[in-house]
Formats: sequence, C-alpha cells, structure tokens
Amino acid sequence: MKGVDRRSLITAMAGALLPAAAPWARAGEEQISLPFDNGERTLVQYPQKRPLIRLTARPPQLETPMAVFSEGAITPNDAFFVRYHLADLPLDIDARQFKLRVGGHVDRVISLSLPELKRDFPVQEIVAVNQCSGNGRGFFEPRVGGGQLGNGAMGNARWRGVPLRALLDRAGVRTGARQVTFNGLDNPQADGIPDFIKALDVDHARDGEVMVAWAMNGADLPFLNGYPLRLVVPGHYGTYWVKHLNEITVVDAAYDGYWMKTAYRIPDNDCACVTPGGKPDKTRPITRLNIRSFLTSHAPGAQVAAGRPVALSGIAFDGGAGIARVDISADGGQNWQEAALGEDLGRYSIRAWHLPHSLPPGRHRIQIRATSRSGEVQPVEPRWQPAGYMRNAIETVEIVAA
Amino acid sequence: MKVLLPIALFAATGAAAAGYRLPDEQPVTLPPGPDAELMAGVCSACHSIDYVTSQPRGKGAQFWNDSVAKMVKVYGAPIEPADAARIAAYLAATYGASPADAGKR
Repeated sequence: MKGVDRRSLITAMAGALLPAAAPWARAGEEQISLPFDNGERTLVQYPQKRPLIRLTARPPQLETPMAVFSEGAITPNDAFFVRYHLADLPLDIDARQFKLRVGGHVDRVISLSLPELKRDFPVQEIVAVNQCSGNGRGFFEPRVGGGQLGNGAMGNARWRGVPLRALLDRAGVRTGARQVTFNGLDNPQADGIPDFIKALDVDHARDGEVMVAWAMNGADLPFLNGYPLRLVVPGHYGTYWVKHLNEITVVDAAYDGYWMKTAYRIPDNDCACVTPGGKPDKTRPITRLNIRSFLTSHAPGAQVAAGRPVALSGIAFDGGAGIARVDISADGGQNWQEAALGEDLGRYSIRAWHLPHSLPPGRHRIQIRATSRSGEVQPVEPRWQPAGYMRNAIETVEIVAA
Repeated sequence: MKVLLPIALFAATGAAAAGYRLPDEQPVTLPPGPDAELMAGVCSACHSIDYVTSQPRGKGAQFWNDSVAKMVKVYGAPIEPADAARIAAYLAATYGASPADAGKR
C-alpha cells in the first residue's frame, strides 16, 4: 500500500486542500448548523432524494431535516435517511438477475428471483419506524465519537413484502437452529473490514412480523434505502434492517461476526446506560427502540405570535407497545398538558400529535414527553453510554412569542 | 492488501450509465499542519474525510490515538506504525483541543 496508488491519491488530495471561501460548500448547496458544536453540515441532493443533511460522503450517510416530519406521520421516500457502513456499494443491481438465497441449517436451500418472491408467498404490509441506533449522538454530553447525528436518522414508512417466516418455512428450518443471519450486496472497501452481517434469534426471525420488503410507501425501495430488498425488523433499531438483502442463512450457533459481537452493543443493565464518561462491565446487542417524541412544527428559536393559539405539533414513537399519550410543557417541565393524538397507523408507527397552545410574550422552553401503552416514559435526564446509542431524553425546543 | 481507492470507485461509477450514480465527493479544506496531506491521503483510502472532520472537538489526544488504532486493529487499515503516530498527532493537535481552550492559548 506504499506504492503508486497512494502517492497519486495524496497528490489528488493535496489539490483539494487549497483554501476556499466556503470550504464545505458547492454552488447551490445550502449549509445548515445542527445545534451542537462542530455541527455544520451541507444539504446535498442524491438521485431519488431531495436535499438531505450530509454527514458523510463515502460511505453515504444522510439525515432527514426535522421539518420533513411535520409533513405527516409517513416519511416520504425521497426524504428518508440513509446510513451505510461499507463503501463498496452495489451501484449496478440488475433486477432481472437478482436472487435472494435462503440457506444454511435448512432442509433445502432456496434461491428466489424478485418475481418469485412477490408471487409465491403471502404479502404483508406494516407501518414501522426505522431509526439509527446513534440518532441524536451529537447531543451526547460528554460527547462521544462516531457519526455526529442530529435527530434526523429516523423515518416511518409503510413497508410491503413477505414475512420472513414464510421464507424460512419454505426452506425448512432444521432442529438445532439458533439464529438467522442477513447479508446484503454492499461490500467492504478493503480486506480487513468485516462484511456487514447481522443476526436475529430464530424465534424472532419467525415471529411473522420481521419481513423482507421490496416496497416502501407504495414504491420500490430507493437505491439508498436498500433496493431491491431490505429486512424490516419492526420495533428494532435500523442496524438490523439489512439493505440490498440477498443472503439469509440459518445457523446452529450464536453468530459472532464483528457487527454483532463487537459493534452495536449497549450496557447490559436495565437503563442501558452508565455514568457519563464511564464504561460498562458487560454489554449485549442493541435491540428495541426506546420511546421518543419531538416537536416538528417549530424549529429552535422560532418566532410565534403571543397571546394567540400556536399550533404545536410533532411526532412520537416507541419500540412496539404503541403511544398512549403525549404531554407538552411550555414552562420547562413544571406544568404539562395532554396533546391530541393523530391517526393510529399501528403500534410500530410514528404517532402524530398536536396541541393548540397560547403563549405570553417571552421565551418558552417547549418540552415533549411521550408515554407508551406499556408505561414507558421518556426520562428527564439523558441516559449516557459510550457508543452514543439510544438517546431518548425529553427534548426541549425554545421558541419566542412576541 | 487490496484497497479500493476513491479514484477507482469514481471511475467504476462513471462507467455505469444504467446504475445508481453517487454525487462526487466534495473537496475538503483542512487546517494546515505538517501531516495534513498524509492524514487525508491515508484516511481517504477507505472513507471520506468528513468522517474525521465531523468528530467532536476537544476530546484530547487519547481520543485520536484510539481512533487511529481502531482503524488499524479493528478495520485492518494498512497504516505503518510511524504514519499512524504522525496522523494521530496531527489530528490531536488540530482537533484535540476544545475551541474554548484553543482561544485561551
């Protein structure tokens, strides 16, 4: 790796080091600032997408601007966030040649074309939130390394596909099966990087809800969201929602690949947290989403008319119990008022909320607190963990009435 | 050790008229330092430099030593130990101090 390639690369990069007036900008691209230190980002438009907040270019990571979530409970496909781990993307997928293979500890290996998958199995739809484990990592205090996301690495879609159980039943899961692993067409960009493979326990994989989806919101998956197939794991963090899915393998032991054994692990205790700055004694794989809610109608610092009802609105979701209530405080958490909930699209979906609320002149700390049907409530104080996963403290947005 | 360089990646992308086309990577402007080019050249072999520049500031030298060590040990980045030390030192000097601390110097 000390040869010509690196030297020419350094030369190429050196040309890129020249100062520029707006170092991260290109003509027509808007800059925004996420509300934490070093949060300057560029809005970049990718094919099939509207301009989204770019965290990284290679591999691509794009966040959804918070204002998108005020458009409705369903996140449009062209605004849905993007997160890759590996930089060798399958940019030239031929849908006619594509095959999904189900093998491993099964009676018969099956290999399915897209038409076979869509024709030969029951079809189901489910509305579910996909959220990155590290959504909101940039707000951790003390700060932690990793993708410095605002809160835009989440989205809610109506997924259409085949229950994974139907595929596993067709292949015939053999006695002694422990887990099922999932691999996609994206590959590591260098030899030493572990391929992105995730695993679910076999009972979870066969629960009838986990599915192999080919469509979201009535259209083919956008390329950057996993075309032509992705795993949908309702109520679970996005790390399990493997994109460009083409290999499902039943295994008779706990899968110990890097992305299960080392990465995406949380403190193994009730709060999945440690003292800020501390290290966990023991860890377990991340699993279910915790409960979260947001104000989406007003950006931080927004100006509203004093003394007249302001239409506050936003979203809430959890890991599958469903949202029972959302309460709003306009005084930093002293008094709370229950918001009205929008249409129920299912227990894995975003639930919209709204509340008309009059504010006297001045600055107001709006807080949003969701409660699930199982009684889970957002904590006032953020829980901390070294990897920066699972942020779900009550969010505060300051708005100004005048 | 096979490493897919971004130049090769762009070339492959450009040839695929029917496939998905990623926007080009944007040039980055790095704070000057004796090893800025070394860092950019080595790190961008596997990922764009915004992975580096978007990290939190003021995390100290250990954060950057650990980050470079992780790339070598966990992700198999083919970085010579001497280069790894220079890269970590550049990153710590450039990003390790918090903006507030830098102002006091």
